[in-house]
Amino acid sequence: MSEKAPSEELVRVEDLAIDFATRYGAVQALKGVSFAVKRGEALGIVGESGSGKTVACRAILKLIAANAAVRSGRILVAGEDVLAMNDAALQRFRGEKAAMIFQNPSTHLDPIMPVWRQVGEAMVLHRGASWREAKTRAVELLRDMQITDPARRANAYPHELSGGMRQRVMIAAALACEPDLLIADEPTTALDVTVQAQILALLRRIRRERQLSLILVSHDLGVVAEMCDRVVVMKDGAVMEAGTVEQILTAPRNDYTRRLIASQPSLMKPAARRPAEASPQAAPRLSVEGLKVQFRSAQSLTGWILRRPPHLVAAVDDVSFILPQGGSLGIVGESGSGKSSVARTLIGLVASQAGRILVDGQPIEKLLQHRPLAEQRKMQMVFQDPFLSLNPAMTVAATLAEPLRQHRLCADREIPERLADLMAKVELPPNLLERRTTQLSGGQRQRVGIARALALEPEILIADEVTSALDVTIQAQILGLFDRLRREMGLTLVLISHDLAVVRFLCEQVAVMRQGKLVEYGPTEQVLSHPREDYTKALLAAIPRLSRRSDAAE
Amino acid sequence: MSAIAAGRPESPVGRIWGLLPATLKVGCGITLLWIVLALAVPLLTSFNPIKVDVINMLKPPGETYWLGADALGRDIFTRILYGARADLMMAFFGVVGPIILGTTIGMLGGYFGGRIDMILMRIFEITVSFPYFVLVIAIVAVLGPGLKSYFISLTLVNWVSYARLVRSQALVLRNADFVLAARGMGFSHARTMLFHVLPNAMVPSAVFVMTDAVLTIVLGSSLGFLGLGVQPPTPEWGAMIAEGANYLTSAWWIAFFPGLAICSLALGLSLIADGLARLLDTGP
Repeated sequence: MSEKAPSEELVRVEDLAIDFATRYGAVQALKGVSFAVKRGEALGIVGESGSGKTVACRAILKLIAANAAVRSGRILVAGEDVLAMNDAALQRFRGEKAAMIFQNPSTHLDPIMPVWRQVGEAMVLHRGASWREAKTRAVELLRDMQITDPARRANAYPHELSGGMRQRVMIAAALACEPDLLIADEPTTALDVTVQAQILALLRRIRRERQLSLILVSHDLGVVAEMCDRVVVMKDGAVMEAGTVEQILTAPRNDYTRRLIASQPSLMKPAARRPAEASPQAAPRLSVEGLKVQFRSAQSLTGWILRRPPHLVAAVDDVSFILPQGGSLGIVGESGSGKSSVARTLIGLVASQAGRILVDGQPIEKLLQHRPLAEQRKMQMVFQDPFLSLNPAMTVAATLAEPLRQHRLCADREIPERLADLMAKVELPPNLLERRTTQLSGGQRQRVGIARALALEPEILIADEVTSALDVTIQAQILGLFDRLRREMGLTLVLISHDLAVVRFLCEQVAVMRQGKLVEYGPTEQVLSHPREDYTKALLAAIPRLSRRSDAAE
Repeated sequence: MSAIAAGRPESPVGRIWGLLPATLKVGCGITLLWIVLALAVPLLTSFNPIKVDVINMLKPPGETYWLGADALGRDIFTRILYGARADLMMAFFGVVGPIILGTTIGMLGGYFGGRIDMILMRIFEITVSFPYFVLVIAIVAVLGPGLKSYFISLTLVNWVSYARLVRSQALVLRNADFVLAARGMGFSHARTMLFHVLPNAMVPSAVFVMTDAVLTIVLGSSLGFLGLGVQPPTPEWGAMIAEGANYLTSAWWIAFFPGLAICSLALGLSLIADGLARLLDTGP
């Protein structure tokens, strides 16, 4: 049993079925899932939220929630049945044989422990190393994770490190006891695209160097295609299809897999472009000139009494752009680039310190509450996370009727008709009107969010990362809806996104932002196919592609 | 909710009933029972709760006097039922004032922040820095004994609990996307606060209010014990216990049964609090 050929199976999950006990009864999270991972192989598990992919990979470490019950199935890792292990055996198994890295490195690291202790702890517990040895090893590991100045960084606390750095620390901690299997659950989802590319490159390298088996869970087919040999596609707790990456990508047999691939924004055909109206003679609908937004840090009482000037941070620095009637602009950037601040300044939630915003050539008031009622309606925003942007205490009908009443857009008796009309516009069945917003799915909620913005009959629609909280097939539907609404209603669109593929699909112009400044600005095709700036090139290069990248290309 | 295991078909009412925590149902039952009893006393007993009857003083529980008679020969059972009126009123009005004042202050501070918050929080700190019971008793003593001064003093002192709860929620909610969305559609601050922040900020208060009602009854009864609450001969549970304290060894029933009544109502309200906490914890 102990001597194994390299091609032998390391992990075997057989007919695994797990139920969750909830207030509403038992929910089947996994309905008989089977897959296997060979030694040295990388398996990708792809699926949307609720597909059971996370439950399946956590079960390999027997990390199952207290309200979960295993109904059937076995999990064999190196011939041992994980689900039959007792606590002592499990503790040895976790870390020594298999280790896991999680999606959000900021919540999965202990905030009150210096980094080296978290990396070294497993060595002390599992290997009986002294803390001194553990620290030396931890620094080595951190160096191997390409953390610059590892000796100094080892003493840092997690909050002192960036997101990408934290993920490197988490990988180091997982590798501390040299496991055979690394399970990575959405390891790069919380990271910016350039950082994601670095972390993926790191994972590829350590996998090659250590002959590590990898299970990579992701919603992103691109990430899996770049990293893995084989793919398992999951939906609703069951395996839809399994096979090699080439097989799944080029010849998917399952309908759902085909839909998943077709929904990748990078594969979606750019929406039909309007003829280039952006001639300089046409009066622009929206123009922004030299916009500057500063945030002041919170001021202490003593600071206020002593009249100390507050610390100012420039979120948006000298941003200008022009949009013609019916045009669409994508503002792209990584977190902290100031793209959301631009959106909030446009709709008047945040005041600008300098610059002008002109709608149809007329400058508008900086803050929304100072704008006349008609002007408030002109620009509306759709928010990023539909789970946060709808009032959970309201029904759909109340959510949509409120703006109509507040702006006195129609008589009370016309409201039902207007609501039905709005629901039809966003392709929702009218019987959802009486539901609470909390009873809807993410995609339905985002449609309600769009309908709410449309209720005020805006001319300019600002969409702030409207699809980043949604599953990829839902994202494709919402993007299609945006495209249709824009064409039918002649809306001018400002789309804020971190995803260049989404922008390419919807927008004629693109503005790339970095640290509050506009790095590059121009027609989408031109910027994406012939980027002038290094930063734009780096952003483009970092996007995971569905075609496999050879390991040698690093 | 992809795969909820199929149960037996039920009516919507039955389904909602099934989702309610058992503690909530039992708590509501006990509290409702007291409300019904308090309203229906004249139908349940023919005794006069305040008429002195020297012949039957200190009568032990028996056939005519189910729970015995007190030192002035009044039926304990009748007095407990009439006392329920005073105590339920204390529980209700004792929390209404603090909720209104505390929620207003907490909401304004949390929603607007900045200077407004700073000023309101200093008032908050001044109020908390006094010992709670001493402050309530002092205010009642100044205003003169009775239920009205009790409600006024509770409002002036007890608002801090609600202000704290609501403020902490409002601080988070004012930056919530749905509040920004409301602002983005040009709704006024008043509308945003009342319709978007307040309903979502009230959850912890809704749970706390039941616990607080219990404390209010206990405090009101303590004041009755000190002679600062409801004035005799009006029946009130706390005052009844105070009267019976002198007879604990000879006539235990005078203090015991009102004590039991306080306990049962307190239990009912606590169970509601517990049930509400469970129900609101993970929204439907």
